[in-house]
Amino acid sequence: MSSPLLKVENLTKHYMLRQGFLTKDGPLVRAVEDVSFSVDAGETLCIVGESGCGKSTLARLLMRIVEPTRGRVLVDGTDIAGLDARALRAWRRRMQMVFQDPYSSLNPRLTAAQIITEPLENFERLSRKQRDALAADLLHKVGMRPEMMHRFPSELSGGQRQRLGIARALALEPSLIIADESVSALDVSVQAQILNLLLQLQQQMGIAFIFISHDLSVVDYIGHRVAVMYLGRIVELAPCEALFAKPIHPYTEALIAAAPVPDPTRPRSMPPLDGEVPSPISPPRGCAFHPRCPFAIERCRIEMPSLVPMTDGRSVACHVRSPAQDIPRKGLLNEIR
Amino acid sequence: MRISSLPRLAVRHPLVFTGGGLLTLVIVAALSAPVYAGDPMIMDPFKLLQSPSTQAWFGTDSLGRNVFARTMYGARISLVVGLLSTMVAALAGLMIGVTAGYIRSFDNFIMRVMDGLMSIPTILLAIALVALTGPGIGILIVAIAIPSTPSTARLIRSVVLSVRERPYVEAALCGGARLPRILWRHILPSSIPPLMVQSANVCAGAILTEAALSFLGAGVPPSIPSWGNMIASSRLYLSIAPLNLFAPGICLAITVLAVNLLGDGLRDMFDPRSKQRR
Repeated sequence: MSSPLLKVENLTKHYMLRQGFLTKDGPLVRAVEDVSFSVDAGETLCIVGESGCGKSTLARLLMRIVEPTRGRVLVDGTDIAGLDARALRAWRRRMQMVFQDPYSSLNPRLTAAQIITEPLENFERLSRKQRDALAADLLHKVGMRPEMMHRFPSELSGGQRQRLGIARALALEPSLIIADESVSALDVSVQAQILNLLLQLQQQMGIAFIFISHDLSVVDYIGHRVAVMYLGRIVELAPCEALFAKPIHPYTEALIAAAPVPDPTRPRSMPPLDGEVPSPISPPRGCAFHPRCPFAIERCRIEMPSLVPMTDGRSVACHVRSPAQDIPRKGLLNEIR
Repeated sequence: MRISSLPRLAVRHPLVFTGGGLLTLVIVAALSAPVYAGDPMIMDPFKLLQSPSTQAWFGTDSLGRNVFARTMYGARISLVVGLLSTMVAALAGLMIGVTAGYIRSFDNFIMRVMDGLMSIPTILLAIALVALTGPGIGILIVAIAIPSTPSTARLIRSVVLSVRERPYVEAALCGGARLPRILWRHILPSSIPPLMVQSANVCAGAILTEAALSFLGAGVPPSIPSWGNMIASSRLYLSIAPLNLFAPGICLAITVLAVNLLGDGLRDMFDPRSKQRR
């Protein structure tokens, strides 16, 4: 098998909270902790989790908008986490991002054509004619009429704006697009249009997606594989069908159980979770999920579970539900008890 | 701007219209002074401190000079010093503010220097500089621009700090945009409206400071008519020839009022919360 398009190894981002004018050290916010995964060409990896679990920070880390604390981001085998600004620019052509908010992510003072052609203009000199042709072509790809190129963002609807955001990401013909909650600000009907557009682009151009969302129905629709994040860590990474058919990690199970289903008679498979997400400033010892987990055992309070690959191509970080971890350590466990 | 849109401006933004109109009037009066005002420099020892007449509309001063002509020519000094020192302060403030706001490692140092500059009293600095180099318009402009720069720099820095975090700036970064493009295309346009409002305020202050310095004798040389030195030299004869003092005084008040009105009007015009927008 060929090497993956993107490989992320132990990516970590800690934010230091500044306390005062002179003191440099404050409490650490562990936004993203030891995240590893890979994405193959043409694949869609979805990242789900509730608000504040580090999804958006992860996206910004991958785009190098924020600098990682530790870890590697390998694109075609080159670590872009260590590149300086000049070398990084070349890699921008491989990876692009579609932002969450279609309103604030477009400069209100630029026309649609200026917005979507800017990325290519950063790399190549374009004549006016070439620019207009490129703009028309990009607009066509995202299903907009070429006349729209002279409009300002304020003259476009939310769906059209998000199409512009996608067109801007397509301008450099990237092999990977990171979509950070890219449909969550849109109406449901427009969401469907945008998702279908993404699927269609993927089929036509073989683009891989990292699709960040908190909406499981969207993930179910678009994803090939899903990574579930909780408090900055991946707790379960599995093919989409397998995950929805049989979630293994208790958090995944709770997430899926909590997703609204248009059938009031269907019984809930699991009661909703109690409590709040713990603060990433002082995460609980052991498994970060144990204070809310109905199945937590003694070991969960002491030892952090690592993401362990299972036989069916999925990985789970759970002491209780992943038997691969339990067996060799049973003796030790009993001693702790 | 087309002439036909002027009535609409008057209705929607009366402050901008009034302030801009008054200021235009003063500028035109100052520029065309040679056409109608007569010579401000000729002294006539036989016509000292005269009342208004057809030759000298505002009378003559203690050296027999035409007060009307001197008042009109005095507008030139006020405007030149006011506008130029404002431009210098705006340009310097813009560059310093953008640097401090965008390159965070310079921020603390630059802003502490600005805090230091802010603590220098304008009048004192001007007197010290004039004492060093001798009176002149150039040194006056520098002396007024230096203490006006920090407030502009601070304002621009705050705008840059908020704009640089906007998603469209991050998006530009992701698109591979280099620093000049990000600054020029995505950050600077947002800082122009507040800069204009701030500059109007700086300008009003600069005109007043110039008058104050000329009044104190630290401004333009006494032979050049300026509102400040006219007020200074005529204050002794207030009971005999009040127009000598009131003419430049009222002109000064009108000009400063015009600039302040313009500034307030621009602030309302650019304020997205104002209902009158568009």
